Amino acid sequence: MTSIQDAAQSLLKTAIGLVPARWLPGGSPDPLMQKHGLIGAPVSRLDGALKVRGKARFAAEVPMQGLTYAALLHSTVARGRIVALDISAAEAAPGVVFVMTYRNAPRMASPALMNTKPKAAGTSNLPVMQDAEIHWNGEPVAVLLADTQEQADHAVTLIRVTYETAPAITDFDAAKGSTRVPANILGEPPSIERGNAEATLVQAAFQVDCTYATPAHNHNAIELHAATLAWEGDKLILHDATQMVNNVAWTLSQIFGIKEEQVHVRSPYVGGGFGGKSLWNHQILAAAASRVSGRPVRIMLPREGVFRSVGGRTMTEQRVALGARSDGKLTALIHTGTAAMTPHNECPEQFSFPARHLYAAENIMIAQRVADMNIVANTFMRAPGESIGTFALECAMDELAEAMQIDPIELRRRNEPAKDPTSGNEFSSRHLTEAYGRGAEQFGWEKRSATPGARRDGEWLIGMGMATATYPYYRMPGGAARIRLTADGRATVSTAAHEMGMGTATVQTQHIAERLGLAMDQVVFEHGDTALPPGSMAGGSSQTASIAAAIIAAHDAFKAALLKLVGNDSPLAGLKPDAVEARDGGLCSSEEPDKHETYVSILRRAGREELVAEASAPPPLEAQEFSMHSYGAQFCEVRVSEITGEVRVSRFLGSFDCGRILNAKTAASQFRGGIIMGLGLALMEETHRDPRTGRIMNPSLAEYHVPVHMDVPKIDVIWTDIPDPHSPLGAHGIGEIGITGVGAAVANAVYNATGKRIRKLPISLDKLL
Amino acid sequence: MNPFTYERAADGAAAIRLVSDNRQAKYLGGGTNLVDLMREQVERPKLLVDVTALSREIEAREDGSVLIGAGATNTAVAADRTVRERFPLLSRAILAGASGQIRNMATVAGNILQRTRCTYFYDEAARCNKREPGAGCDAIDGVNRIHAILGASPSCVATHPSDMCVALAALDAVVHVQGPGGDRTVKLVDLHRLPGGRPDIETVLDAQDLITGVELPALGFAWRATYRKVRDRASYAFALVSVAAMVDVQGGTIRDVRLALGGVAHKPWRAWKAEEALRGRLATRESFAQAAEAELADAAGLRDNAFKIELAKRCIVATLGDLIGETA
Amino acid sequence: MHYIINAQPMDVIADPRTSLLDMLRDNLGLMGTKKGCNQGACGACTVLVDGERINACLALAVQYEGREITTVEGLSGGSDALHPLQSAFIEHDGFQCGYCTPGQLCSAIGMLGKIERGVPSAVTADLSAETMALDHDELRERMSGNLCRCGAYNGIAEAITKVHAKVPA
Repeated sequence: MTSIQDAAQSLLKTAIGLVPARWLPGGSPDPLMQKHGLIGAPVSRLDGALKVRGKARFAAEVPMQGLTYAALLHSTVARGRIVALDISAAEAAPGVVFVMTYRNAPRMASPALMNTKPKAAGTSNLPVMQDAEIHWNGEPVAVLLADTQEQADHAVTLIRVTYETAPAITDFDAAKGSTRVPANILGEPPSIERGNAEATLVQAAFQVDCTYATPAHNHNAIELHAATLAWEGDKLILHDATQMVNNVAWTLSQIFGIKEEQVHVRSPYVGGGFGGKSLWNHQILAAAASRVSGRPVRIMLPREGVFRSVGGRTMTEQRVALGARSDGKLTALIHTGTAAMTPHNECPEQFSFPARHLYAAENIMIAQRVADMNIVANTFMRAPGESIGTFALECAMDELAEAMQIDPIELRRRNEPAKDPTSGNEFSSRHLTEAYGRGAEQFGWEKRSATPGARRDGEWLIGMGMATATYPYYRMPGGAARIRLTADGRATVSTAAHEMGMGTATVQTQHIAERLGLAMDQVVFEHGDTALPPGSMAGGSSQTASIAAAIIAAHDAFKAALLKLVGNDSPLAGLKPDAVEARDGGLCSSEEPDKHETYVSILRRAGREELVAEASAPPPLEAQEFSMHSYGAQFCEVRVSEITGEVRVSRFLGSFDCGRILNAKTAASQFRGGIIMGLGLALMEETHRDPRTGRIMNPSLAEYHVPVHMDVPKIDVIWTDIPDPHSPLGAHGIGEIGITGVGAAVANAVYNATGKRIRKLPISLDKLL
Repeated sequence: MNPFTYERAADGAAAIRLVSDNRQAKYLGGGTNLVDLMREQVERPKLLVDVTALSREIEAREDGSVLIGAGATNTAVAADRTVRERFPLLSRAILAGASGQIRNMATVAGNILQRTRCTYFYDEAARCNKREPGAGCDAIDGVNRIHAILGASPSCVATHPSDMCVALAALDAVVHVQGPGGDRTVKLVDLHRLPGGRPDIETVLDAQDLITGVELPALGFAWRATYRKVRDRASYAFALVSVAAMVDVQGGTIRDVRLALGGVAHKPWRAWKAEEALRGRLATRESFAQAAEAELADAAGLRDNAFKIELAKRCIVATLGDLIGETA
Repeated sequence: MHYIINAQPMDVIADPRTSLLDMLRDNLGLMGTKKGCNQGACGACTVLVDGERINACLALAVQYEGREITTVEGLSGGSDALHPLQSAFIEHDGFQCGYCTPGQLCSAIGMLGKIERGVPSAVTADLSAETMALDHDELRERMSGNLCRCGAYNGIAEAITKVHAKVPA
């Protein structure tokens, strides 16, 4: 770290007067860091019974009186302006309540872009239905409300719009000719240069220099984007499907010129997010139409509507060049490339992030550019950047290993860095070589033939491949938690966090029960509601650590508050918060565990019905001090038909190093889920845009292929379970790591099976004919 | 979806009367394709005449033929004991298509009359001669990975998406039709049209014609038959290329052969040229390859789908090879 | 229109355009059956009609008048206890977000019925076989009409296998 950064950081510490957090050097260690018990146990999901009964209420399922149903009309041109608009037939259609276009939409401020303000949720900062301008093919141009969905869906087709088109950039191949350097990449510099990689490359004993292409993807959570909302006076009540309730509330308040407290967002269950469920046009338009019409609104985008108005992962073209000495040590590592973006968003797809931290190359050159296009704003999708960045980097590593005739794992071992190769920071926790070793052993990597095409079963060529997985550790600032203890000795812990299937509610209940010394059924975890203390967005695999830090902070406050109540008659009398810990439904002295009093007893003696403690998590300084990442090794066996080029994944194993695992059951599922989305990325997923019009041509689950049951073999997952001493609970979020490296592991296995390098995703059968 | 009226027809004649009286009427089978197209505004009938209850029987005849009612579900046909014994090719093809849920809903006649999955046909913003005759075709120079390589025209490059029909084409199936003027039969291979200049006219049937059943003529001798389907994922996807093949080989010579392709043309594609090239020839890989070349000689690729030409050839050779074995 | 839904007779007034899915959700408030694509491409809307699984989104409600319909809400037969498959889904973590789950459950029950009745699938080697075994390939092929974007496929397969093994064919 530079001295300027050091100085800034110490200033920050002083300014906020912090004692170091429990996971930072100098902090008092968290007794739960090493403790086994509930934490780590394979507890079944607590919302399981609700979900298998179909009783979990998703956003489109909340009842409201006098509900209207919304339908959107999308533009059919990529750029231009509306010159004629006829809504008369639609307005006259049965059941129609209101038709809104730019002509009668209320004035609204443009959404603030995510990551530009602490609580911004905007995915684009374009004005929403404020003028006649069209910015992408599929932009909503009208919203219609009717008494039933059938009436709305029909009436919206009666609206006639005439456009005057303007030249548009809709072909990535053409757009790549005119690129720019983004101001930053998620706060990181767009380019890094250590030494002279280009010059070293050409002198290297071994070299690979390849170009990789990745297409656009859509999240395609099975729950469609949806909201049920109403205005109560100047207050907006929004039942949303979102990964960021607080951000949505704040951003909507800015858009409508009201106070943040006037927007109440609830989102207790979300039917999958993967980065796609943030703030898009539909919530804004539905809220606006509701405000003008005075009627509650339910909007559920059709699947086509999701493709048209919600962005996904963007297209990239990447170059990875590697130079190595004959001992296998990397002398040059170059990872450059271009991602498609729009002028209205800030999501440059950080594909170069893995190369910044993964290997000990002597000379490194990183450079990312963007090509502006007239398309729906792209956004974060499961391991944005890392998923496709590892495809390029890890395929190139395989190519280098092949060129050097050494085992791909051995090549990676030889380039295992002692410190972060670009920041120079110490790693907080890095046991990647252990993940390689255990994964290789369990997968049977030694059976792999180094010669491509050596194994077959009839027409099926069999190959094995591996790749490194990596994803950063993030913890979001600003999260808070509240612990409410009642006289019956039960506790409710509240934070506006999100449960989209990651297991958040279950895992944090395990955590809280352990931390409070209660049984799990004595604890309730409340989440998904802006009425609760502000939570952390569910993004960047950050939520687990973010919530854990907030709960730890709240628990410190809780212990302090409780000790103030004990008085002189308690066995706990005179003890300081740091000298007690939770056990058996109460607190005890850490030194003398027999000095114990239950919560029930403490509250009863103090004559209290309840005790409430709330605190915010300390800022995530650990990520400034250390290079913090999750790691893994992905192993894949494929069968490739020699006749048709069809690829079938026959075996898969992921070996992960992600700090401590908090729930063995839900964690295994999350790893598998990431891997399966990675199989989709590797083999079939592609959002097809017509380059002439920028229109997405496969806006359906019939034509945008995601893996089905038959595509997915039994997937083994293992993990090191070594706590990261510098993260809350020693844990890392694991939502994204599973997808990273999968594209490369599959591609490398395909190469091992067939001798063909496919550098353009997806690895569809035509590329193997 | 436009408003419409729904009627359940009491019998074939009543159904035909209802449709004849209303120019914007359509017969409704399982709805798996029509309901979707109505939602997409591609189809806008004013009246739906439900004909699913009219003919669901699967009749195993003593002469070895089978008559399948038009309203029989895809599942019922694929699972039928007689069909499985006498015409396993048909079961295989049906089971290769769609999902268990859709096969439970979709009817035989609906499957035959299902419309293309061309994404430009589905997209109101695109020009499509099938939706609007004379409008033009945006698929020809567009995203056309799933499109036709055989029998296409400058007006239309769409494909017929059925798996079942590919087997029916190979099995010489005969479609029973009831019309305002009486009953008639049409060979399945003659039922669908190539697009030519009028891709909106997809079959030789009139709007009032009601398919009542499909007859599978008895097979004179023991055929070896199989269905191979190639797609972009392992299940639940439309064919890029599929092959229905039946052979009768004696003493290493191909006595007779029937071959049909799916995913390659505006209709289920009976591979007459390949059959001709194979009949009477020795059952060798070389013969198969020559036959495949002959069938695909006129194939033409577009921007994204040229791979289908090679894929189709390979599938023909491999499928015949699998049926006949390597011994020949 | 009259239906038997989860063993209860019900009368509904609905637009002919209303799908069976929308009728269940909007007219009857049975929100357990989910909408994921509204075009028969995801399986989230799977319900059982007279014991057979269908995509409720592609079914016009009017076409199913008089039929017996079972949704996820009716799987346990009205009792508070869970259907064994529901319990197995929890035990084997056969879901994450839970949105495709009702469809997976109904689909699996319909599918097991087909196995029991000896109906073959695309991966059945011998079409003439009288009985069908539920191996991993058969299960995966037969369940492929139900997408799970969270990727709970392994858990779903385990849950179904476990329940199938307990029920003698």
